[in-house]
Parts: sequence; structure tokens; C-alpha cells
Amino acid sequence: MNTELHNPVPIKHKYFTPGVFVLVILALNGLVFLMGRFFFGLGAVTNLNNQYPWGLWIGVDVAAGVALAAGGFTTAALGHIMHKDEYHAIIRPALLTAMLGYTFVAIGVFVDIGRWYFIWHPLIMWNGNSALFEVGICVMIYVTVLYIEFLPVVTERFIGKVNLPGFFSGLNKIVDKFLRMLDKGLAKTMFIFIIAGVVLSSLHQSSLGTLMVIAGPKMHPLWQTPILPLLFLLSAISVGFPMVIFESLIASRSLGLKPEMHILSKLGSMIAPLLGIYLAFKIGDMFIRETFVYLTEVNTASVMFTIEMLFGVIIPLRMFLSTKVLKSPLFLFIASALVVFGVLINRINNFVVAYTPPYSTHSYFPSIGEISVTVGFVAILVLLYRFFVINFPVISLPGRQIAPQSKYTIRGVK
Amino acid sequence: MSGKSRRDFLKTSALIGAGVTGLSATAKAGPKNILSEDRMGVLVDTTACVGCRNCEWACKEAHNLPAGNLESYEDRKILETKRRPDHTALTVVNEYSSGKNSNLPVDVKVQCMHCDHPACVSACIVGAFSKHENGSVTWDTDMCIGCRYCMAACPFQIPAFEYDKALNPKIMKCDFCIERTKEGKVPACVSICPVEALTYGSRTDLVKIARDRIKRNPDRYVDHIFGEYEVGGTSWMYLSNKEFAELEFPKLGEKPAPGVSESIQHGIFAYFVPPVSLYALLGGIMWISKRRKELDEEIK
Repeated sequence: MNTELHNPVPIKHKYFTPGVFVLVILALNGLVFLMGRFFFGLGAVTNLNNQYPWGLWIGVDVAAGVALAAGGFTTAALGHIMHKDEYHAIIRPALLTAMLGYTFVAIGVFVDIGRWYFIWHPLIMWNGNSALFEVGICVMIYVTVLYIEFLPVVTERFIGKVNLPGFFSGLNKIVDKFLRMLDKGLAKTMFIFIIAGVVLSSLHQSSLGTLMVIAGPKMHPLWQTPILPLLFLLSAISVGFPMVIFESLIASRSLGLKPEMHILSKLGSMIAPLLGIYLAFKIGDMFIRETFVYLTEVNTASVMFTIEMLFGVIIPLRMFLSTKVLKSPLFLFIASALVVFGVLINRINNFVVAYTPPYSTHSYFPSIGEISVTVGFVAILVLLYRFFVINFPVISLPGRQIAPQSKYTIRGVK
Repeated sequence: MSGKSRRDFLKTSALIGAGVTGLSATAKAGPKNILSEDRMGVLVDTTACVGCRNCEWACKEAHNLPAGNLESYEDRKILETKRRPDHTALTVVNEYSSGKNSNLPVDVKVQCMHCDHPACVSACIVGAFSKHENGSVTWDTDMCIGCRYCMAACPFQIPAFEYDKALNPKIMKCDFCIERTKEGKVPACVSICPVEALTYGSRTDLVKIARDRIKRNPDRYVDHIFGEYEVGGTSWMYLSNKEFAELEFPKLGEKPAPGVSESIQHGIFAYFVPPVSLYALLGGIMWISKRRKELDEEIK
């Protein structure tokens, strides 16, 4: 009955607008600083030192990047695993964000590690005790799974439309046949990858929280807790849908489409309980470890903690409980943006603000180079997203037949 | 047809299986982490140290770092600022105001503590760190990817990174002169120390010696061997006539640094049961919800 809701098509819209040019400039600026990093070393571009080995790139590009790409596995769980067909229209945009997001997480790691040419080492050199090893392996596999999950979008775009230039045009038929075979094979086996994607996400989202546990007393007690992995998983699950709403509303505004409020409102109504569970664990942990005493003093840590909790969790939680908010695109956007902001700040807090090394003479603040690279990556990500939705069937328009390839169910049982 | 595809399937699985075993055979099976009964250590008596910094020079000489001439180390001005070991000096001496029953300043040599349960060994993504039988904790340059997780994990903030190098930056820290001790020599810093502030020996003996010194000279020392129990014990241990917190030693508990994170990690991955169960559970939910949908449609 809801079949007409799901009809992904390439959106007809011109690529370049003044806003896009600004993004291109930001991207180029980031790339210039990135070249500096590769030619002159990490010290030339970043404010990192022996006291602060991890900074903005790990906190935002990697940790926040992974969390904000959580829309991919949360919508897959909702749409494919729980079979809520009415949400199918948002799965592809969320999948695209996750795919691009994780690609940039990998690139973020690549530029941050000192010996980038050894990035493949964890594949053959294993340390099962290391939380970072777990995160690394899971992210590598999950990126592959995301590419596989996205492949049907590519085959759908080109099946029957293969048109290779000049000399290669003789191969058109063969490529078309190959794409059809690939598409058929993928449709049959996709459930394996969808379930794997959710499992892998749960694993590395939580292991990302385990990362800083080993830093022990070097991490501020407001954040250092043995349940960090659980808090990371819960916050990733609660930021999945807000992130989908956030970018869906931006995309429809930017591409001149009608916001898909019928889906987004329903999606929004599920956010309050998820945020509530996260908040309950966060506050429960605070009372069990009696860390609320640190909120009585005013310093960077307590202020950042308050901002994170108040604007990132409590206010949006209250907003999502109101029907008025759920029905208004503007308020829905603000509430979702707050949750996204809250998780971003939470990851920065965990990896940068909470980290207080014993012998630092001055505290860390990201350099212009670090900020430029991070902003540049975000700009490139937005540019790629725009490219994909204009050229590939990602965003759904109401009114036409359903595209069968994008509905996957478990196979093998009749 | 189905027989053929089954055979193909078996063939592929066999190939994958062979590939995986081949891979794990070539892979180094995790980092070495030996806690030997006879592991060695060094006892640093800060009440004996005069701050001559000869150990800094000897260390650089032993590790092929630019050391300069020994006379230049007599300049005591450098002791006015607190320094940390880095890629140019794997050990440094810092000076603090005098402690109890003494007018002399307290000099503290700083280097890797060579923990019994090292956080770096547990944290390293590729297992490039190893705890050896002789107590030393070392770093393998061929494995390291430069992620600097060891630096975030180390409770003593010791591993240093060559931030100014674009290619092959190294993690640098004291290696307990593993090349020298292999040949039966003592570590370079211990061998040069003119006042015997450094005692090299088996860790068990060193604890006894330290206890004995405190017992015989209760006025000279505070009753605390730093490193005996801190983060589960360290190979390097310190005696002092001043509270260790005043000498900028970190305040640490007795539990090994990697304890909590390793139990979480092994809990999540206990024989892969939790991930596999989650996979099965999600598969079950997917099947049930599909079934329910089909039934709904049949009823309609």
C-alpha cells in the first residue's frame, strides 16, 4: 500500500550553485594543508605533540564520523530486518551517507597515522587485546559491506543504459549482461550483507568507546567509565535517525524537493525513546560513580559536559516528545541538528577534551591546518553526496512504480 | 546442476579456508608478553643521584642519537626547566627542590618504566610492542603504522613520536638497552652512573634491596617504592626522600593499566559467541517479520 513511496530516481538538478562553489574552495583549502602533512610530516600541519597524540582528526574525522554514519545500519535494521516497508525511501540516502562517511573515516585514519603506507598491516598483524585493532578490522569489513550494499544502486543506474565511449562500445552488451547477473546475484544474497552490516556496526560502534578506557586516569572522570562502549553504542543508535532527518531536510531544501514529512515525522517519533535510554544510562553511570561532583566546579570539562548533555540530549529529547515538533519541518530540523551536534561534541569531548595528559604544559587546540583538513573533508563529502543523488537513483520521488531491487528479504525459506 | 554448484561451493570454501590458515600462519600471532620470574629491573635511588646527566649522554651514544660531547652536560642550567623524554633523548633528568633531612635538590631520571603489564603492548593495533623475558618492553619498527595509540594508552606518557618526519616516523622510547643486555652488558645509563644511583638486577632482588635501604635509613627515604605495585608493577622502581607526587610521578592505582579494556574486549568477543548470536538473532527477526508480512498480505 505504501509502494508508491519508494521510487528512487536521479534528481534532475544543476550541480553548481554559489553554495557548491564555496564548498569547492573549502575542499581545495583542505587539500593544500593535506599536502603539507604528506610532504613535511604531521608536526608541520597539526598541533599534536607527545602529550597530545590524538586531536581533531581522530575526534571528529574518525570517531564522530563513525557515529554520524550510524544512519546506515539503524535504517537497514528498521527497513530490511524489521520489514517496516514504509521507511524504504530513506534507506538509500542513509546508505549513501554511511558509505561516504565510512570512506572518509578510512581516509581520516590514513592521513592521521604516521606511516600511512602500512595501513594494511592490521590485516595480517593481529592483536586481539587491542580495542583499536577491533575497530580497524570491523571498519575495514564494514566499508566493504557498504560498497556491496550500494552496488545495486549502480547496477540499477546502468542496466539497459550501458554506453561506453568509442572503441569500448563493442563491450556494451557484455557489460550489460554482467551487470544484470551481478544485480540478480546481489538481490539473492543481500540479506547476508545487511545482517552483517548491523552486527559489524554494533561491534565497532561500541569498541570505539573501549578505545579510551585504557587511558585510565588520563581521561576526565566525567567521561571515563567502564560502560563507555555501551554509551557509544547507545548514542550511535540514537543519532542514526536524527542524522537521516537532518540530511534529508537539507537535501530536499537544496535540491528543491518537497520534504518527505510523512516518513520523517514517524522516524522522529522513535528518537525520544532511544535518546531516553541513552540519557538514563548516562545519568545512572554518573550517580553510581558519583561524578556529578565535578559539575560543581567551573572549567572546560564541566562546561563542555553540560553543553553536550543539555543541548545534545535533554533539549532535543524534550522536543521530540512534542507532536508539534514532529509535524513541523523547521522544528524537526532543529531537534535533529541538536542531536547530531550533541554526538559530535560528545566524541570531541571523549577523545580531546576529556584527555588530560600528566605532563602537558599547555592544552591542545587544533591548528588551522587540522581544522582546514577536517572542513575540507566534510565539504568533499557533501559534494560527493550531491554528485551521487543527481546521477544515481538514491532519493525517492512519490508517484511511480516501485523499484524491486531495493527491497531485500531473507532467502532460503519458502 | 545443483550437485556441481555444491562441489564448487566446497572447492571455494576449501580455498578460502586454506587462504585463511596460510594468512594466519604468516601473521605474527599477537604480541609477545612474557612475565618471567627472573625479569630484570633497575632501582633508581633519587637520593643518590647528583644530576650529572651522564646517563643522558650514554643513552644517546648507545642508541645512535646525536649526543654531543660529555663536557657539555655539565651545564646545570638545563635543569631549571622540566623536560620529558622525546625522540632526541630517551631519558632525561629533572631537578626538584630538596626533600626531608636534606638540603640537596632531588634529581629524577625519567625513562620508560617497562611495566609488567604494559598498556602499550595491550593497546598497539598491530602488536608492535613486546614485553620480553628480561623485563624490557620494546617496539618493532617494521610493524608500527604510527597510529600513536600507545601514547594515548601509556600511564607514564613515555612513547614519543617523530612528528617532524614525513616518511618513516618512529615511536621512540627507552628499550632497556636490549641490544647491550643481550651481550651480557648492563644498560648504558647504569654502566656510566658515577654515584651508583642506578642498580641493575633481578626485579625480585631489587625490591628486597629497596626494602632493606628504607629499613636501615628511615630518615633518608619515604616508605614507598614507586613501581613496586603501581599499575601492577614496573621493572624500573624508584626510592625518594620526598612524596612521589611532588616529583611529578603520576598517581596510579595498583591495577594493571590494560585490565578493564581487555576484559571488555574479551567479553564482547568471547569465542565470537556474542557477534554470532547477534547475527542469528537478527536473521531470526528478519525471517519472522518477513513471514508476518506475507501472512498479512494473504489475509488481505
